[in-house]
Amino acid sequence: MADKLQFSLVSPERELFSGLVDQVDAPGTEGDFGVLAGHAPFMTALREGPVTVHNDGSITVYEVRGGFADVTPDGFTVLAEHAVEAA
Amino acid sequence: MASVKEMRNRISSVKATQKITKAMQMVAAAKLRRAQGAAQSARPYALRMAAVIANLAAGVSGDGAPRLLVGTGGDQRHLIVVATSDRGLAGGFNTSIVRAAREKIAALINEGKAVKILTVGRKARDQIRRFYGNRSVGAIEAGGSPSLAVAEEVALKIRELFETGEVDVVTLFFSQFKSVVTQIPTGRQLIPAEVSAGAPAIELKGAAYEYEPDEETILAELLPRNITTQVFSAMLENQAGFFAAQMTAMDNATRNAGDMIASLTLQMNRARQAQITKELIEIISGAEAI
Repeated sequence: MADKLQFSLVSPERELFSGLVDQVDAPGTEGDFGVLAGHAPFMTALREGPVTVHNDGSITVYEVRGGFADVTPDGFTVLAEHAVEAA
Repeated sequence: MASVKEMRNRISSVKATQKITKAMQMVAAAKLRRAQGAAQSARPYALRMAAVIANLAAGVSGDGAPRLLVGTGGDQRHLIVVATSDRGLAGGFNTSIVRAAREKIAALINEGKAVKILTVGRKARDQIRRFYGNRSVGAIEAGGSPSLAVAEEVALKIRELFETGEVDVVTLFFSQFKSVVTQIPTGRQLIPAEVSAGAPAIELKGAAYEYEPDEETILAELLPRNITTQVFSAMLENQAGFFAAQMTAMDNATRNAGDMIASLTLQMNRARQAQITKELIEIISGAEAI
C-alpha cells in the first residue's frame, strides 16, 4: 500500500476521528468522492450522508449532516455540522 | 459585648455558610474539568474553520465578496453582543465582562454611533438593563451548559439584524479562558469577519485549490456558520472561565469563613472567661463581706 492519508473528522463539539487511513469516501454536494493520499487541493460543501473511512481492510462509517470537506496536501479534514459514528 | 450565647449562634451560622461555600467550590472544580474538556475538544473545529476562511478570504475581493466578510462599508451602527453566565457567585467574572462591554459602548456613543445591545446570559441582561436598557434588542439565556442550539439562536438573531440592514458592525464580548486564575474579558469582532493573521496558512505546494460548487457559494455557507462557531466557542470559554472564577471565589469565601470562625471563637472564649472571673469576684467579695 502506498502512503497513508491524514484524515480528521471534527464537529463543533469535538474531534471524532484523527489519524492515518488508506481512503475516505464522502458525500459532496456535487456528488460523492473518494480521497486517497496525495489528492489535489480541493474543497466542497457536504450534503447529508455517510463518510466512510477505509483503513487496513476495516471500514468505519460516520453519518454527517452539513459541513465542509477540505483537502490539502497535509491531509483531509471534514468540518461537519453534526456527526455521529454509525452503529 | 455580645453575650456568649449570641456568639455561639453566630459561629454556628458562619460554620454553616462555610460548609456551603466549600461544597460549591468542590462542585465548581468538578464542573470546571468538564467545561475545560469541552472547550478543548471544540478547538480543532474553530481552528480549522479560521484557517479555511483565511484561505478563502485571500481569494475573494472586490464587489463580489460576501457582506459578512467585508461588511456594509459603514460603521455607524454597532451591535454589541455581551455573553456572560446565567448565574453569579463567581467573584468579578460577569462584572468584568460587562464592564469591558460598557467601556466600548460608552466610547461608541461618544463618537456619535448608534449602538444596539444583545445579551446572552441572565447576568449580562440584568447588568446591562440598568445602564442601557433602552438600547437592548434582545436577551437570550445561556442555559445550563453551552449548547450549539443556543449558539445558533444567537447567531441567527445577529444575522437577522445584519441582513435587514440594522447594524454594520457586530462585536462579541466574552471572557477568554487563559487559565484557572486568569480570564480575560475580550471583545471580538464578528462582522465584518476578522480574518485572523494567526491562522496557519495552508501550504499548497504549487497546486491550485479546486472548489465545488465555487468559492462564493462555499463562503456564503461558511460565513454564517462561522458566526455560530464563534459564539459557541465564546460560550464554552465563558463556561470554563465561570467555573474557574467560581472555584476561586468560593475558595476565598471558605478561607474567610475560617478566619471569621477563629476570631469569633477567640472573642467568645474571652467573654466566657470574663464572665467566670466576674462571678468569682462576686462570690469572693460576698464571702469577705460576711
